[in-house]
Amino acid sequence: MALYSEKVMDHFRNPRNVGVIEDADGVGEVGNAKCGDIMKMYLKIEDEIIKDVKFETFGCGSAIASSSMATELIKGQPVSEAMKLTNKAVAEALDGLPDYKMHCSVLAEEAIRLALEDYENKKKA
Amino acid sequence: MIYADNAATTKMSKTATDIMIFHIKETYGNPSSLYGIGQKAKEVIEEARSDIAGVIGADPKEILFTSGGSEADNQAIISAARLGERKGKKHIISTAFEHHAVLHTLNKLKDEGFEITLLDVHEDGIVRAEEVREAIRDDTCLVTVMYANNEIGTIQPIREIGKICREKGVLFHTDAVQAVGHIPVNVEEDNIDLLSSSAHKYHGPKGVGFLYAKKGIKLTNLIEGGAQEKGRRGGTENVPGIAAMAAALKEAAANMEKNAANVSKKRDRLIAGLKEIPHSAINGDEINRLPGNVNFCFEGIEGESLLLLLDDKGIQASSGSACTSGSLDPSHVLLAIGRVHDVAHGSLRLSLSEDITDEEVDEIINSVKEVVEYLRSFSPIWRDLMAGKKEFIL
Repeated sequence: MALYSEKVMDHFRNPRNVGVIEDADGVGEVGNAKCGDIMKMYLKIEDEIIKDVKFETFGCGSAIASSSMATELIKGQPVSEAMKLTNKAVAEALDGLPDYKMHCSVLAEEAIRLALEDYENKKKA
Repeated sequence: MIYADNAATTKMSKTATDIMIFHIKETYGNPSSLYGIGQKAKEVIEEARSDIAGVIGADPKEILFTSGGSEADNQAIISAARLGERKGKKHIISTAFEHHAVLHTLNKLKDEGFEITLLDVHEDGIVRAEEVREAIRDDTCLVTVMYANNEIGTIQPIREIGKICREKGVLFHTDAVQAVGHIPVNVEEDNIDLLSSSAHKYHGPKGVGFLYAKKGIKLTNLIEGGAQEKGRRGGTENVPGIAAMAAALKEAAANMEKNAANVSKKRDRLIAGLKEIPHSAINGDEINRLPGNVNFCFEGIEGESLLLLLDDKGIQASSGSACTSGSLDPSHVLLAIGRVHDVAHGSLRLSLSEDITDEEVDEIINSVKEVVEYLRSFSPIWRDLMAGKKEFIL
């Protein structure tokens, strides 16, 4: 059996939404180099809708695939829906992750939540 | 496909495969049986024992067949510990970057009350013989230092360490799994008391290896059973595996000089090519390393994604990143030579075989360059490094 599902390999080999949004409305970064995973999410939001999302990731195959899938799941969604994104939803959309790689999906959920919180904070300011 | 993970395992040679298949089919007798086909099997394993002993400068009686390198490591260390214990000696010296077959056995002994000293292997990945001398105490019962490291390929000063151990009257074991069949190993000249080896590292079959134990060293059994291996290891012998191991080792020994010279050249070509990648560094001493071993760290990327993309390009390699080890920490070997976590995650080991060509080496170089550049293009660490927000380590 292969280490990863075909879905994971597809998102790893052809990651969606890779890059940076220079004038992002919200940015979230989680993880650290010591552990071997860092994810950074950039959001462009108009009328409470996520118009664009980009990511940068330093990490293993499942970290890159989780980032890619998470961006796909929230793109075009209202902020209120994106706030509900769970790591489980990311892992399921990838047709599962090996147990010891589940933390990669947790990082994706956290990075998006941080980016949304950053957006909310900027709005208040 | 370019298979560059020969330190993990090798492809069996034709000679070894042919001999193995022949014995699987024909030599099915039990070597402990008295009738003809049993005795024939016995002859096969005794001839193999003699051939193996000849290659490493031992007496056939000093060779014990095992299931591989890990079993040999376990038995050598446990045996030396039991011998020491009886004399009240419960101190063992080793190094921080041994194989887990050694380190985990030492941990078990530590739980039993043994004291373990793990010597520094320095930035070049080489233990200093003089530091072994300084670490030896009156209650030291064993020094165990690997012949060559399995990840970074650095060759240890085994002969000097062995000489010191002889002077001090301390048993000396070496895990020579990566060395045997690749560089000259001679138990007599190298002052070795116990040595572990594994067939599948030199184009022999998996699941078979041997332990050399100098005459007079009483071994402790790990496997109780019949009188096989002079009562030192129970269980019917792996006749086809043992015969194929001996054939592979004889072949490796006969071609060693030629192979080593050839593979070293390819290794150096690969090292020179990978050095062109900015913010990269070779792991371990560049000169004093196994002929086929190349190990690098690339800053700003993670090893598992590097391996997966290289596999897509038809190149098989390995990494010391945490993700590939199944733990949260990167390779203990890279940490032992002082690599910090941040860059240890971005390591790549390429271990070459004798049949690799210059063209294949160049293909590896180009593929690694492409993949590293690609992964850096969306690495947030790399962005911070390039923007000057973080300092480069390499």
